[in-house]
Amino acid sequence: MFGGATAIRQRSIIPGFELSLGVTLSYLGLIVIIPLCVLLLNASDAGWAKIWAELSSPRTLAAFRVSFGIAFLAAAFNAGFGFIVAWVLVRYQFLGRRFIDAMIDLPFALPTAVAGISLTQLYAEKGWLGSALAATGIKVAFTPLGILVALVFVGLPFVVRTVQPVLQDFDRETEEAGALLGASRTNILRRIVFPPLIPAVTTGFTLAFARGIGEYGSVIFIAGNMPGYSEIVPLLIIIKLEQFDYAGATVIAALMLVASFILLFTINLLQAWTRRQQGG
Amino acid sequence: MRIEVKDLTKRFDHTIVLDRINLEIRQKEFLGLLGPSGSGKTTLLRIIARLEFADSGVVEVDGRDVGTLGFEERKFGFVFQQYALFNHMTIFENVAFGLKVRPRGARPDKRAIAARVQELLELVQLGGFEDRFPAQLSGGQRQRVALARTLTIDPQVLLLDEPFGALDAKVRVELRRSLRNIHDATGLTTIFVTHDQEEALDLADRVAIMNRGVIEQIGTPIEVYESPKTPFIFDFLGHTNSFDCLIHYGKARLGDKELAVEPGIPDGRGVAFVRPHDIVLSPPNDLEPTQDAKLPGAAITRFVSARGQWAAVELLYEKRLIEAEISRERLNELGLSIGDKCTISLRLPRIYAKREAEKQTGIGDRAAARPRFRRRQRA
Repeated sequence: MFGGATAIRQRSIIPGFELSLGVTLSYLGLIVIIPLCVLLLNASDAGWAKIWAELSSPRTLAAFRVSFGIAFLAAAFNAGFGFIVAWVLVRYQFLGRRFIDAMIDLPFALPTAVAGISLTQLYAEKGWLGSALAATGIKVAFTPLGILVALVFVGLPFVVRTVQPVLQDFDRETEEAGALLGASRTNILRRIVFPPLIPAVTTGFTLAFARGIGEYGSVIFIAGNMPGYSEIVPLLIIIKLEQFDYAGATVIAALMLVASFILLFTINLLQAWTRRQQGG
Repeated sequence: MRIEVKDLTKRFDHTIVLDRINLEIRQKEFLGLLGPSGSGKTTLLRIIARLEFADSGVVEVDGRDVGTLGFEERKFGFVFQQYALFNHMTIFENVAFGLKVRPRGARPDKRAIAARVQELLELVQLGGFEDRFPAQLSGGQRQRVALARTLTIDPQVLLLDEPFGALDAKVRVELRRSLRNIHDATGLTTIFVTHDQEEALDLADRVAIMNRGVIEQIGTPIEVYESPKTPFIFDFLGHTNSFDCLIHYGKARLGDKELAVEPGIPDGRGVAFVRPHDIVLSPPNDLEPTQDAKLPGAAITRFVSARGQWAAVELLYEKRLIEAEISRERLNELGLSIGDKCTISLRLPRIYAKREAEKQTGIGDRAAARPRFRRRQRA
């Protein structure tokens, strides 16, 4: 026991490797792994025919397209704009900077239903922004565009909060060095500033994307939830449950789990690759 | 290139960082800007490089305002204390950067870039490190990469901001030599900021000593070391022993001598500053007059430390600690050990007004200072 343990741990000031690893594993098991296994087991209980039926149903496929597609667009949108917000907050001193900084976290704290209701009111055809947009022929509420707006709202803090600290630690002298070597402003941004920030931006993007896929509360109010058009996967699962189609709900949930896992895994691989490119 | 700084003033909020600085750096000169932290030396360097901007005054290069010159006309190489390397690029990419960002017409082709990078890496003795990343290099190696990187643009002026400040002593001396060699080989004009007096005196053709936003003295290392204009400079350039004296009709009474003081120093209380190696020790009750100012009474030896050719002797004279540096032979002749008495004479004392000296150096507070050496040899 004593001899064996030393192979995987090193003596340190604060002992407790076995204990903390044990706690970690049992916690992860209880909270994450066991429920997910049960989900997969239940789904496989439903039988391949059922799984295939769900997979090939146009309504399910459309919901998947809506959920993943719009979450992706919203995360991409947030990656760009969140970056700019983080940049402004870190690089410039202005009146109200702290206030804006604090507001960034609001989408974290706000119950998503509240966000959904207020966004719907704002963008509905009679609403403040909705009426102005309706005049130009753009409909936001009760369309996929509405879903995008809701997901952009809930996803914003993820990008800002991951990019901000990295930007704060960024060595400004490298920009000066670049300028003194004759690099133009675009060259400094493209070759010196952006590359070290890519990992942070992709992390923020991934978090916002994951949140967007799972988002329910803020979306259902503004989406209109028309099957095949503006219906998201989490809602489809609820509908199946309400119709006592437990097998169907479980299969869709399991599909969602697999799809999310593959996506996040790919993004992580991508990130590891960028890190290696940059000698990290 | 000749650089002229004219009446440069810079404020941050309400503090004056640079106060009407005038300075001329000659073609191919190696100038050291020396001063304690907060003296404004780095700000001055950054203004010359146009990384910061003065409130008033101009910097001229060969008689032309530097602000009106484009990049091609003022190629200033700059080396930062913390290297400022591009950590996401390999060493090769770092050094090649200045070549790769040139406008399309002036950009050398791939093979020419590779050859030039190779050549510069050899120059700074880092051949074979092309594919490493900055994080895999030691501090000294990183600073050499930074040096090679600035040389790609063929600068006519090299500006260095405490380039060796973050390195250990041995590497520092090594890099000093290679910097001087590069300066001599390329015919650059170099300005070099440091707070390390030894580094400045060792390396520079001329040294400008800054204090509180003002240049207090400019001269060759020997000039500033041997005739420091102000008590601040004397104290900043090396160890200082201070002795009180009285100035009367332009003459200072110091031990058995009367010394003429420099014009401009008022009558009244004065202070004589003496370097440790200018303190001459002789046996107690030695009254034989010499060229040096012999002080009355005796000093008591507190500590003796002999390393190599020189010996450091700490003495107590009139309740003040005196630090002397004498040759090993002289120490043996005197046979000094702890508790022994001896007579002190002062060689080449510099006399300043006491008020001025206290204001500039805080020498008054130092009288009761703790001994500098640990007392591990109490015999």
